[in-house]
Amino acid sequence: MVNTTIDLGRGLVLRNPVMTASGTFGYGEEYTDFVDLSQLGGIIVKGTTLHPREGNPYPRMAETPSGMLNCVGLQNKGVQYFIDTIYPRIRDFDTNVLLNLSGSTLEDYVKGAEMVNELEKIPAIELNVSCPNVKQGGMAFGVTTTGIAQVVSEVRKVYHKHLMVKLSPNVTNIAEIALAAETAGADSVSLINTLMGMAIDAEKRKPKLSVITGGLSGACVKPVALRMVWQVAKAVKIPVVGLGGISNATDAVEFMLAGASAIEIGTANFIDPAVSAKIARGIIEYCEHHGFQNVTDLIGALEC
Amino acid sequence: MKQIKDFKLAEKHDFGRSVVLRLRSEKPLPEILPGQFVQVRVDGSPSTYLRRPISIHNVDTQKNEIDLLVQQVGEGTRHLAAASVGDLINIVLPLGNGFSMPEKGEKVLLVGGGIGIAPLFYFAKVLNENSVQPVLLLGGKTKSDLLRLEEYRRLGETFVTTEDGSLGEKGFVTMHSVWKERTFDKIYVCGPKPMMKAVAKIATEKEIWCEVSLENLMACGLGACLCCVEDTTEGHVCVCKEGPVFNTRRLKW
Repeated sequence: MVNTTIDLGRGLVLRNPVMTASGTFGYGEEYTDFVDLSQLGGIIVKGTTLHPREGNPYPRMAETPSGMLNCVGLQNKGVQYFIDTIYPRIRDFDTNVLLNLSGSTLEDYVKGAEMVNELEKIPAIELNVSCPNVKQGGMAFGVTTTGIAQVVSEVRKVYHKHLMVKLSPNVTNIAEIALAAETAGADSVSLINTLMGMAIDAEKRKPKLSVITGGLSGACVKPVALRMVWQVAKAVKIPVVGLGGISNATDAVEFMLAGASAIEIGTANFIDPAVSAKIARGIIEYCEHHGFQNVTDLIGALEC
Repeated sequence: MKQIKDFKLAEKHDFGRSVVLRLRSEKPLPEILPGQFVQVRVDGSPSTYLRRPISIHNVDTQKNEIDLLVQQVGEGTRHLAAASVGDLINIVLPLGNGFSMPEKGEKVLLVGGGIGIAPLFYFAKVLNENSVQPVLLLGGKTKSDLLRLEEYRRLGETFVTTEDGSLGEKGFVTMHSVWKERTFDKIYVCGPKPMMKAVAKIATEKEIWCEVSLENLMACGLGACLCCVEDTTEGHVCVCKEGPVFNTRRLKW
């Protein structure tokens, strides 16, 4: 028997290291025909902002080699709607339900975090300071050490459960940003959010996305994500949650070897809606095959 | 309940640029409503990373078979059309809402344009099973766009338009004489967006209830990624989950 429990600190304990990434798994309900949610360490629900957002116009997606671009732009009905309508439906899922919280002003982040702090069955926030698809704020907080320090420390004052901070890869030195988040009170960091990219329709001489640029995700970003997780894990003491192009259990193991304590499955959920539970099982098989008693033995076990 | 399953390509019928794939499952199919669609995985090409949403052309519940009418428009559909009998094809189904069933005795018109005729076949079949005889109005650029016409004719009185006049009346479906000669209680449309908008306009003018089946670029097909939204009177909604079939009153057309 492999012990798969992962303790990320401040009350966030996962039964296994596999979570589903925000924006790729809806509110979990969309996937219950395919995945027994109790087989997952956690699900991170769709990026939510204090006020409702209609998101960007269509088209919001472009397929790219081994990946995709999106510019959804945080379409959501706001924190209050989440609390009133969605939370009652998903609060009793047999897994950790984390809320991805985004904002365009410091006040929005703080107010949103205060409201979510009251939700008994939400053990953690994943603070989204890295969405590339909204005009104001969002990523702006996540690309400077002062910006991230400010938003994390302000949210920390009002949010008393596990505070995970999702980092943008669109920076020159991600380790420095991660360190600033840690110093400001983050309990963990998750990375990477999408890479800024664009796609052009040469025949029409037009961008493929309504707002021209978008976030790149999928298998194609994995090497970049893996490198960043490795750099950040060396720089910080808090747990690192790795994501970016994970499509199978081997990918997941690679992220853990690079230093991730847990991982998130994102775009792969679109290709195989049952993939998250398969990866959870595959990690156990890897441990059995290689004689690891605890999944935690994989964390940072890269030999180099 | 939605399923993810492997189908074996049992038969393949070539129609030039389009192909009918008859896919057989070893296990019973879930209930499939006319107008619902599938997400097909296309293996073996990095440029077809995501699944392809394709409407359901026909269903044989006895044989656990579904038919997909696939037009080759890009890498993904070219790959699919090149599959060989016996190949396994992975499919997520059934997705989306489907057409609303009319009441018995209602006069129903199904309007299809180009490859948009695909889901109307299964819909017409189910209507027949429910004692509703639809009238079909099918349009194409040219004669060869109108596939399996004889089989459509068996499901209801069928009128045809082609832009080049090679079959039926020359012009667009909106120009066909049937609009002057008949009245309808309900209109169902699937085809290119400009054509659907034009039919919706006629329906609005004549105050006829009308549903259209939309097609947008999709990633998940499950209502999770919010990529395939349509602007409606209730804001942005997912075509994959709340659609693909929408009453035209809900759309900002």
